[in-house]
Amino acid sequence: MSDLLTDVLSGGVRGGTAIMLAALGETLAERAGVVNLGTEGCLLVGALTGYAVAAETGSPWAGLVAGALAGAALALVHAGLVIWRRADQFATGLTLMFFGLGITSLFGVAYVGKAAPGFAPVEIPLLSDVPVLGPVLFAHDPVTYLSYLVAPLMWWWLRRSRSGLLVRTAGERADVLHLHGYRAGLIRGGAVVAGGALAGLGGAQLSTAYAHAWFEGMTAGRGFIAVALVIFAAWRPLRVVAGAYLFGALLAVAPVLQARGHAVNQFAMDALPFVITLLILAVIGRRTLRAAPQELRRVFESSSSN
Amino acid sequence: MSVVFRMPRIAVFVAVAALVAACSANTAGSGDATGSGAPGKGAEAVGFIFVGPKDDYGYNQAAYEGSQAVASAYPDLEVLTAENVPEDDNAARIMNSMIAKGAKVIFATSYGHLDAALKVAAEHPDVAVVQQGNLITGTVPANAGTYFGTVYEPVYLAGIAAGKATKSDKLGYVYAFPINQTISNINAFQLGAASVNPKAKTYVVNTSSWCDPAKQAEAAANLIKQDVDVITQHQDCTATIIKATEAAGKYTVGYHADASSLAPKGWLTGSEWDWDKLYVDIVKTAIDGGFTGSKYNANYRVGFKTGENPFVQSAFGPSVAQPTKDAIATARTLLGTEQGSPFAGPLTDQDGKVRIPEGTVPDYAEIEKIDYFVSGVVGKLPK
Repeated sequence: MSDLLTDVLSGGVRGGTAIMLAALGETLAERAGVVNLGTEGCLLVGALTGYAVAAETGSPWAGLVAGALAGAALALVHAGLVIWRRADQFATGLTLMFFGLGITSLFGVAYVGKAAPGFAPVEIPLLSDVPVLGPVLFAHDPVTYLSYLVAPLMWWWLRRSRSGLLVRTAGERADVLHLHGYRAGLIRGGAVVAGGALAGLGGAQLSTAYAHAWFEGMTAGRGFIAVALVIFAAWRPLRVVAGAYLFGALLAVAPVLQARGHAVNQFAMDALPFVITLLILAVIGRRTLRAAPQELRRVFESSSSN
Repeated sequence: MSVVFRMPRIAVFVAVAALVAACSANTAGSGDATGSGAPGKGAEAVGFIFVGPKDDYGYNQAAYEGSQAVASAYPDLEVLTAENVPEDDNAARIMNSMIAKGAKVIFATSYGHLDAALKVAAEHPDVAVVQQGNLITGTVPANAGTYFGTVYEPVYLAGIAAGKATKSDKLGYVYAFPINQTISNINAFQLGAASVNPKAKTYVVNTSSWCDPAKQAEAAANLIKQDVDVITQHQDCTATIIKATEAAGKYTVGYHADASSLAPKGWLTGSEWDWDKLYVDIVKTAIDGGFTGSKYNANYRVGFKTGENPFVQSAFGPSVAQPTKDAIATARTLLGTEQGSPFAGPLTDQDGKVRIPEGTVPDYAEIEKIDYFVSGVVGKLPK
């Protein structure tokens, strides 16, 4: 039983890492007052670019950096349209998602089935021997270890640093920034682009450290899970981590049980993350909006019919 | 001559949106224009639709290569191809647009394209529409048919290699959907393994997607964790599982394509497609005006018994010993005889119930209707 739990949780961390990175990126953007529904697109361009650069240069680390840059580039388009051109955030984000899907299908063809170097799991001595926690947390690829640092750093930075305060202010009271001579647009743009970089990193983790392959549409909705996750994690980085691993674990339940010969309805399991999201949204309802950054509430409320 | 439509999903989406208006007007009348009774006769163009990209190192690539064999066999024929065609009404619209361009023979190459193919066939009696891998139930229209190889035969042979290679007696099978074709493959793989190693068992994991590499990674990781040491699969993209298996030092049995370069150490064997002859012959039959009433105007299946199987066994990997190769050669000969079938009775299901009695050899059509796992397969079919 504990063995089964270990496998589910371990799979949760493995499969949740890309979701977590994307969701942390989305958290950053939303804390600055911008929703990026194009996160799925950022994941995809990160996955393809990461894999392609790893294949061409022979270095998965170069792929990782390139994946982050690609995610940032796509997010920059979002920032440009939304902040400087005042385009609708939801329409722009969705369009970018389709753009990411289309452009990666187009340019990704050459890398389908192509071999590329990737990250292999590295067991951390001593730590990986700890029962349950060892295999769950310390028997993964280096990118997953790196990802452990992102949420605590983001939490600390948003809370304690001056630049973090500026980002939060951009999301809560942008007019205050103007009074003090800051340009809210620039701060938001920076947050959106940095968020895109995190999503791109997540995509590169998916292709170079997890699936070890590129295939069009391989993110399979994980970017949307990430966006939903940010809302019910109430825009808090540490809760985002918990939620991402929970979704990862839900995705891992079916293979864990099936590999032991148990009957599982994979189709129902596939729907589970989305059903749970809907349930949570239904339960928290309006309270969702109360936790939202003020500037974001304006975006949300402009789209609801009250 | 070959014309390639590059159609990533989004492009299909846009193209279809543009086509909707045109098609609703043009599908109605064009069908009955030529009631010659010889669908496909004198075609100047042939259309192929694929559910995935034409270079997926798998099912779609094999079908695409077959379409190119048609192009070289008939240099004057225009060969239209469309990739990433979804298994819904969009498929019908894309086939209709090919017909509007002059195609009179259409190959719908994915299992889920059947409904759209039959719809198009009904609208265009002068066009021969053939579908790859599914079964037409009931009366087969005069201008339609399905074709396929008996995929489970080479899979049975590969199962022998797996049964000989395993040390833990645990084999893994990762599959996309519980369709009959896949069920037959899983059963054949287990029966092949058990024929040389009665202790061998096959653990099945399904991913409910023709290609979701992340889910595949999780499936492979869990099978390996459970001590499975030979893994095979039935999905459109295969690289993730093969790489994970090789990285863990386990054995791979391929499917769809020779992927031995991804698993230089652990590759045992596999099965792959070679559609060239069959596609060219179907096109020839239709162009000559002989489609209706031909063997292709039915649910046509070709295997070791009826002739050249378009599904062939892949080359052996370095670890496969001569006795294993001999056992496979013997089994192959047996499958070509009247009494030879992976599913020859007695065949018991997972619950120990005899499904095919001793002395009975099911025919191809009966085998495709098998909807249960045989004894030795571990795991249940999703209901």
